[in-house]
Amino acid sequence: MKTTSIMIVGVGGQGSLLASKLLGRILMNEGHDVKVSEVHGMSQRGGSVVTYVRFGDSVASPVVDKGEADYIISFELLEAARWISYLKPEGRVITNTQQIDPMPVITGAAQYPEKLVEKMKQTGARVDAFDALSLAEKAGSPKAVNIVLMGRLSKYFGFSEKAWQGAIEQSVPAKFLELNRRAFALGKES
Amino acid sequence: MLGNEAAARGIYEAGCSVASSYPGTPSTEITEELAKYGDMYCEWAPNEKVAMEVAFGAALAGKRSFCAMKHVGLNVAADPLFTISYTGINAGMVIGVADDPGMHSSQNEQDSRHYAIAAKLPMLEPADSGECLQFAKYAYELSEKFDTAVILRLCTRISHSQSVVETGERVVPQDVKYEKKPSKYIMMPGFAKLRHPIVEKRTADLLSFAETTGLNRIEEGDRSLGVIASGTAYQYAKEVLGKNASILKLGLVNPLPVELIKNFAKTVDRLVVIEELDPIIENHCRSLGLKVEGKSLFPMVDEFSQNLVAKCLGMPAAKSKTIDAEIPNRPPVMCAGCPHRGMFYILKKLNVTVLGDIGCYTLGAAAPLNAMDSTICMGASISGLHGFNKALKEQSEKTTVAVIGDSTFMHSGVTGLIDIAYNGSNSTVIILDNSITGMTGHQQNPTTGFNIKGDPAGKIDLEALCHAIGIHSVRVVDPYDLKECEKVVKEELAKEEASVIISRRPCVLLKYVKPKPALFVDTEKCRGCKSCMKIGCPAISIKNGKAKIDDTLCVGCGVCTQLCAFDAFCLPAKEAAK
Repeated sequence: MKTTSIMIVGVGGQGSLLASKLLGRILMNEGHDVKVSEVHGMSQRGGSVVTYVRFGDSVASPVVDKGEADYIISFELLEAARWISYLKPEGRVITNTQQIDPMPVITGAAQYPEKLVEKMKQTGARVDAFDALSLAEKAGSPKAVNIVLMGRLSKYFGFSEKAWQGAIEQSVPAKFLELNRRAFALGKES
Repeated sequence: MLGNEAAARGIYEAGCSVASSYPGTPSTEITEELAKYGDMYCEWAPNEKVAMEVAFGAALAGKRSFCAMKHVGLNVAADPLFTISYTGINAGMVIGVADDPGMHSSQNEQDSRHYAIAAKLPMLEPADSGECLQFAKYAYELSEKFDTAVILRLCTRISHSQSVVETGERVVPQDVKYEKKPSKYIMMPGFAKLRHPIVEKRTADLLSFAETTGLNRIEEGDRSLGVIASGTAYQYAKEVLGKNASILKLGLVNPLPVELIKNFAKTVDRLVVIEELDPIIENHCRSLGLKVEGKSLFPMVDEFSQNLVAKCLGMPAAKSKTIDAEIPNRPPVMCAGCPHRGMFYILKKLNVTVLGDIGCYTLGAAAPLNAMDSTICMGASISGLHGFNKALKEQSEKTTVAVIGDSTFMHSGVTGLIDIAYNGSNSTVIILDNSITGMTGHQQNPTTGFNIKGDPAGKIDLEALCHAIGIHSVRVVDPYDLKECEKVVKEELAKEEASVIISRRPCVLLKYVKPKPALFVDTEKCRGCKSCMKIGCPAISIKNGKAKIDDTLCVGCGVCTQLCAFDAFCLPAKEAAK
């Protein structure tokens, strides 16, 4: 099996590490060789962050390079656009439509670009853009955006509901389990 | 498992009994993971030199030991490193060091392999999490077999990548009895002279070992191209070349084998070394008289990737899309409610020169605060300020400060402050005390009153320490109170003596710090003057000409309310009524 490459992108502090943990867990449970590469430290402080998840029979490099990603899962619209050059020609973007202004926009040194979903589509990318934040709030916490996005991603993967639920159980603390189950279901059904 | 988690597992399984480290990205999680195991001793030391000496002491006493640090931390610990090489060990000792090619969270991208060569210590370099565990475990055998500390070299993409790992059981070897051996452990000239030849002999023995060890292996492929690589570079080479090249994968990166490399070179048409950072393997090949390519194809700077390796080898790389939009940068910023922000705002307002240090507060250098003039290494703010003021005297004394965090002050700021007190410069030092080691992800330190496991521990009293050093003027301010901050900074700069200002408030990300209700902007009152934008708070932006607060980020610190001349920042009505 050829290696599949996924990127999880967002703004530091949005919870991408939990998403990559869950994804790594289910892929491993399903018998794949998996590599996940994270970034800790300085860049986590509200900066642009990216996590790479790769799986297949045997994965060598832990990172995803330009033109290689089968999926880009984004917590924020601008970040989806920032990393679009990493997408394969036929790759798919799954993005939250939430917009978070970066510091150059806050200080007025730059503009938040308009019509990003259309512009991403113009590159030939398949774009699945939706309001994951509202669904997370509906599930009980704005912090559950990560699991809402995983629910959405599950539509494109052939894994069983049972496999996903098992991986969620293994990845989130028990007291947030119900909240995350709701978030996953909302993402999947949306 | 994360590479760091796997390394910790290997160290644990090897029966390590004592671990002492100073946090530093990307090495931090090794020791955090070790601390989760109940049956060994773990600690955060005040700095890497102390950590390495603690580990040495434990190995001398006869128990397997460990210390971890980031690449620049090894600079701090270089002093014990070079002489521990001479003494050797009693029980096994492993030194974990994590490099940061690409500088994801570092001030330089030095290559720690130089230290292994210079200190004449064996160095292992794993290429994934599985090897992190195996190599960490094996390092102890090597350590005891050759009577030497062993360096385990990781890097960001190994430390912070997860891959599949097989774990084993912990086996604690029998303690090695401690015996007094002056000529082995007291390194004064007479004894050290006797030890140096032993070190050279050990290096020769290790070289023979390097020729045959399974740590180095050849992966047969097409012989038109032969690649020598280790660590991450090996993975990128494997990804790009697969079976289209023969690969000599090195797990022992010091000492480098001679015959193994020569023989490998004979079997291939073209020899290429793929290594991140410095050309160490390449230069070794050249010294053997081999025709080799390396840095003529590959860069010295930044981390590699599969596309880069493909491109440098003249192979096609994947095609990429371009979007028709200007994408603004998203640099890291101080968090909303960060206690450092208020002090940096005042320093900018007073237009003082700021000698900075290493920590979250280095972000004070970024727009719109721009309140930093230099950042070199841990502790350099204070000693640098002393030198600055000795050079310019009254020209700079009243307009220059040092800023340093609590953990960094304990690490190596305190010695600089001793210099200020001892050699008498009229310097003003600001300790940004947020009661935690912040940037590396909240580790305890000697000022917090808790140890690595979160249990109560000794607590250094910063005020008493500064007084004891001989600083008479020590003031404490709350950085959320801008007026008070401004007053105290002005007063201390004006004084004809050295002084310390402790800017004290815990990091807002600490669990025990409960956020206050988010503020909102009364758009009737807001005139859109943008005064509030001067502090660079990520929760405040201008929308339709008026300030707007992002209530998911705002923690109600109230610093912005002090900048607004029109009282536009308000508490929500129901909170105000309380």
